Amino acid sequence: MAEAKKTVLILGGSSEIARATALTFAQGRWTVRLAGRSHRELQREADDISVRTGRTLTIHQLDVLDHGSFVAFVDALPDLPDVVISVVGLLGEQPRAEIDLHHARKIMRTNYEGPALILSLFAERFAGRGHGVIVGISSVAGDRGRGSKYFYASAKAGLTAFLSGLRNRLAINSGIHVMTIKPGFVRTRMTEHTQLPPILTAAPIEVGEAVLKGLNRRRDVIYVRSLWFFVMLVIRLMPERIFKRLKL
Amino acid sequence: MTTISGWGRYPIGDTEIISPRTADAARRATAAGDQAIARGNGRAYGDAAIGIRQTIALCHLNRMRAFDPTTGRVTVEAGLLLSDLITTFLPRGFFPYVVPGTDLITVGGAIAADIHGKNHHSEGGFGRYVDELLLALPTGEMLLASRDEHPDLFWATIGGMGLTGIILEATISLRPVETGWIRQRTIAADNLAAAITALQSCESVTYSVAWIDCLASGGRLGRSLIFLGEHAASDQLDEEQAVNRFPLRKPSLSIPIDLPYFVLNNWTVAAFNEFYFRSGARKSTSFTLLPVHSYFFPLDAIGNWNRIYGRRGFLQHQSVLPIKNAESTLAEMLDRIAQRGGSSFLAVLKKLSQGSGPLSFPMPGYTLALDFPIARDVFSFLDELDELVVAASGRLYLAKDARQLRATFEGGYPDMSSFRELRRTIDPGRRLQSRLAQRIGI
Repeated sequence: MAEAKKTVLILGGSSEIARATALTFAQGRWTVRLAGRSHRELQREADDISVRTGRTLTIHQLDVLDHGSFVAFVDALPDLPDVVISVVGLLGEQPRAEIDLHHARKIMRTNYEGPALILSLFAERFAGRGHGVIVGISSVAGDRGRGSKYFYASAKAGLTAFLSGLRNRLAINSGIHVMTIKPGFVRTRMTEHTQLPPILTAAPIEVGEAVLKGLNRRRDVIYVRSLWFFVMLVIRLMPERIFKRLKL
Repeated sequence: MTTISGWGRYPIGDTEIISPRTADAARRATAAGDQAIARGNGRAYGDAAIGIRQTIALCHLNRMRAFDPTTGRVTVEAGLLLSDLITTFLPRGFFPYVVPGTDLITVGGAIAADIHGKNHHSEGGFGRYVDELLLALPTGEMLLASRDEHPDLFWATIGGMGLTGIILEATISLRPVETGWIRQRTIAADNLAAAITALQSCESVTYSVAWIDCLASGGRLGRSLIFLGEHAASDQLDEEQAVNRFPLRKPSLSIPIDLPYFVLNNWTVAAFNEFYFRSGARKSTSFTLLPVHSYFFPLDAIGNWNRIYGRRGFLQHQSVLPIKNAESTLAEMLDRIAQRGGSSFLAVLKKLSQGSGPLSFPMPGYTLALDFPIARDVFSFLDELDELVVAASGRLYLAKDARQLRATFEGGYPDMSSFRELRRTIDPGRRLQSRLAQRIGI
């Protein structure tokens, strides 16, 4: 890496993808800060990574559904990070969301509203400083809505569009880089009861490595397993009158 | 319900699997346990980690909690694999004091079985290096046990096969090492007496283990290769190894399918043994440097090596015999094995010292470990071997057992009263129960 060792802030810090990402960055000698809701879970991950890498991590309380607290959250950080990564997400239960609007709203807010608003705040702070990297973990699900997951998918589609717009706005002379990560299937507790095709399924650590590698190469959009790019290309190109009849 | 088995793939059992994500979730699962037992990486050979109704899988409790580089003491969650521990700490100059023949086991499992390694004769078992345990009891309590706090519970948990509560975290001591290399020397012993003499005379060597050719008979009965090892110091490395002071594991091969049962037979095993003995004997004068993984975990280089025994699975028979009876009983056992020709691919002889806990397997004596593919006559054959073991005041290793009779267990572990009393006190509702414990009446 060309730059000196920098600071990364990971939002949604107690998920497995966050854990793997934090470990990857800590091994790369970055200063890692974890933010999330449960102090105890964050502390457990921070201790683990600290023992494994010998680096000290800091943890910060954040409820991504409470946007009123965001400014205070950013102001209370020890410094404005060089890189912010949102790993915030909630798959939820589609059938339940269909009949329970509260649950549906929680899925939509957790996957779109929360991450988009807080990343937007970081974008403004980064713009004021003149540099920074914004990374959003979105999803291949957001590339096209499917009957079995459309609350989740639509919110991820929103996040993907948000990141794309932000990248477009800040592309020239801002010093800010915006990266969208689409992990595809990942072996986590979100998917532990699902049968997944091995070739399309990444381990959490692959996501962490993809983020760090993408950062160094200043990539814009990353499918963690590149095969997903082609899978989603086919899915996106399929005529709606065929697509709508598929059981997906 | 899920169907699971141990590493030997016999027996199989149906059980509900509960996979707690945090220590507190594991505590709640224990308090609500319905004839449940903890399970780590499933490397116990038989039914030790199969619950009657529930099995509490601890693989998600795999975080490291704290490490003190000045003392080498590390606190980890119980589901952490030894391989993870080694990958993290070997490059920093630390290695577990005790490792078995595979590092794909969890720290919790290592404690529950009070596992031994090639250094048991000189340095004792895994339990000796445990400083503190965080346990979840069936009452819903979470408590710390050590040599000073709740010592009875602490010692009963070491080797206690998961029946005294669920281990959530453990603090263990690691050994400082200068390199990740082992300096190995091989001794060829032409018969059992020579093998025992060699193991006896190498008492002061840190690591020693003998591979026995189970098909040799007559004057060559018990012919063995004895592998001795010491951690190599920095100045003992050649230039080539010094560049790579802490070698990492190479990617492993895998047995992708179950081999048909006839692949391992008397002829193939006899041919292998002959080749192996001769090539070992040829190398026997000099020292060789081996990466720790190759020395301690040779079989881990082949993923799913249990499939080599075919779909029916295999039984492991590991006994320990007190020193005074060892040679005559071993001779009798080996003679019967050679006569039967059971194609025991892996046969290992090693010297043990005293175990740590009341239910720990080791006792001062010699332990013989054998593999037998499942076959119709194998159960009655092993019952006969068990009679020899019990007659010699020996016992069987519970972590490897899938079939011993209650009488064998009672004969091998005669003083169970205090362990049973402790279990009654901490688990009056019998929330913790494994297939092993039920089968042999622990």
